[in-house]
Amino acid sequence: MASVKADAGTISYREAVAEGIAREMRRDPAVVCLGEDIGAAGGVFKTTAGLFAEFGPQRIWDTPISEQAIVGAAMGAAMTGIRPVAEIMFSDFLACCWDYLANEIPKVRYMTGGQVTVPLVIRTANGGGLGFGAQHSQAVENWALTIPGLKIAAPSTPADVIGLMASAIRSDDPVVFFEHKGLFASKGLLPPEGHLVELGKAAVVREGTDVTLVALAYTVPIALAAAERLAAKGISTEVVDLRCLIPMDMTTVLASVAKTSRLVTVEENPHQAGWGATVVSVVVDEGFQLLDAPVRRVASANVPLPFADALEDEVMPTVDKVVAAAESVANF
Amino acid sequence: MTKASSKRATPPPGDAADFVQLLTPDGERVSHPDYSVDFNDDELRGLYRDLVTVRKLDAEATALQRQGELGIWASLLGQEAAQVGSGRALREQDMAFPTYREHGVLYCRGIDPIMPLGLFRGVDQGGWDPIANKFGIYTIVIGAQTLHATGYAMGIAKDGKVGTDEGEAVIAYFGDGATSQGDVNEAFIFASVYNSPIVFFCQNNQYAISEPLTRQTRVPLYQRASGFGFPGVRVDGNDVLATYAVTRAALDNARHGNGPTLVEAYTYRMGAHTTSDDPTRYRVAGEIEEWQAKDPISRVRKLLERENLADAAFFTEVDAQAKVEAVELRERVLALPDPDPSEMFKHVYPHGSPEVDEQAATFAAYHASFEGAQH
Repeated sequence: MASVKADAGTISYREAVAEGIAREMRRDPAVVCLGEDIGAAGGVFKTTAGLFAEFGPQRIWDTPISEQAIVGAAMGAAMTGIRPVAEIMFSDFLACCWDYLANEIPKVRYMTGGQVTVPLVIRTANGGGLGFGAQHSQAVENWALTIPGLKIAAPSTPADVIGLMASAIRSDDPVVFFEHKGLFASKGLLPPEGHLVELGKAAVVREGTDVTLVALAYTVPIALAAAERLAAKGISTEVVDLRCLIPMDMTTVLASVAKTSRLVTVEENPHQAGWGATVVSVVVDEGFQLLDAPVRRVASANVPLPFADALEDEVMPTVDKVVAAAESVANF
Repeated sequence: MTKASSKRATPPPGDAADFVQLLTPDGERVSHPDYSVDFNDDELRGLYRDLVTVRKLDAEATALQRQGELGIWASLLGQEAAQVGSGRALREQDMAFPTYREHGVLYCRGIDPIMPLGLFRGVDQGGWDPIANKFGIYTIVIGAQTLHATGYAMGIAKDGKVGTDEGEAVIAYFGDGATSQGDVNEAFIFASVYNSPIVFFCQNNQYAISEPLTRQTRVPLYQRASGFGFPGVRVDGNDVLATYAVTRAALDNARHGNGPTLVEAYTYRMGAHTTSDDPTRYRVAGEIEEWQAKDPISRVRKLLERENLADAAFFTEVDAQAKVEAVELRERVLALPDPDPSEMFKHVYPHGSPEVDEQAATFAAYHASFEGAQH
């Protein structure tokens, strides 16, 4: 089925996507996948490898190349009782189907007075770090964050991919599920059958007392690496993996800031209107008295992602940038 | 490009040779090699009643908007036959996806006609249940419902609900303007390659707000279907019998698993695009009079008179009954209660969300803080 695993106890982030979908498809015959190249090809990122062989064309729909038709048809199919899992190959292409994401899917429930819900998942390969250029590298979780009616998951580990995928597919809300291209090759523990991670529950992935780093998806390993460097400098760092943007687990963030009194967000999106701005606004509103230093946001520059590797590093958050920001608030 | 070619337009159909027609504007029945209807006398009288009632209720809604009682109204005036013909062709198990003008189809689905008026009065967050009534929500974004319909059709096909006489079919309504949208063309492609059980029902009413048909196409719209690999049929959209026959055949084709059909119902929007529009700024002189002569209701009346299927008392009674329903509708609209403000936080997420729930609680506390707020 899926490609060879390193050993029985571990799984790659890439394999975890197919594993997470397959577990739900075995559990619930109403789950159907649709998208470009997801069938015999197994997905251009091999994130649907093995699904076509196991579930066949009745449940794995290879579609024509049309993002808005994939997402629009997913909405219609959901109205029949199916639970569609639609793939948009690159998250940048969400812009090609934005009417359905912004105007149709998240509003069906509201505009029918709660009579119709469209339980569906839109999966998409997100983010930079691979030198794919301006139109295939963006981290766009914050696009979806502007729209009431959607939920947003962005896992950072294989176990979270499987656990959040299960919750996303079982959710009656439409969920946009961001899989990070830069994490596909990373490996982690294979969680047991039935593993579920509730949507909207952040994880404290490293405990500390001096400064809180709030990270998401690709920036979680960056924040963890920064915490390691900061420890060598005598700064104890807590890292919160936000996991989801809607719902946003501000209880966990505020509890962490209560411990550390210092906050840095680590965001891959451009600084302008990034998700960290929402985190910061809640902290200064509800936790102003907890803070002993200004908050800092480490985010990408307000430019399109450059093609050149060296320039992409300059634009995106790096361990160095996070260490510098954390030091500045720790030493304030 | 020469001036002539840039101005080349679709030749308008003239008679039964150019489109499927079973009833002429003079109320004469004509036969067609592929399509026919076998209505009994009661059913023919019933169609007449539907047409008159739908027009009357629509006129009442327009009047309500003019009097400030509705925010906006998109009148179906002139398109009654296209909507009643196709709406009556639907079987109970068939699913319809409308635009915002399908009040006649809504009526044929048996949905209370007050439902869209509540919507356009802005007093509720949704009216009819689209799943229970097999009639989707009014879709304002042009063409989007064709993809919802296609996905729905793919879904019922996956669930094995097509292929027999009792199979299900889907109909997607849209206008001539929508045929320029990417969504609609993408719906054609998806439905085609998946051989989906769907009828694409285009009411070509000649205008997309002010843009005439020549701004949307250089070929008759029904001919576009051949490029997508499924049949296209042009029907006289002001002929309720032909519209019924063509739609019923296309739906049956779909329910039997034979794939999509594009039906172009050739008709005319006698009124404005919506009550916010003034068509006198762009209509061609004489056009209204020309189409008045093709009126969808008068030809059925002429048929009933010609074949002695109804007398003067019948026509008087139908008009009177439609008027009663319109007056009732008006009274019920005026009595619609304003929504409770807390309603606006409901139905965003099926099981709530921390952010919205918190905002709802804050809002409720704020409202309760005013003197005399408790109720």
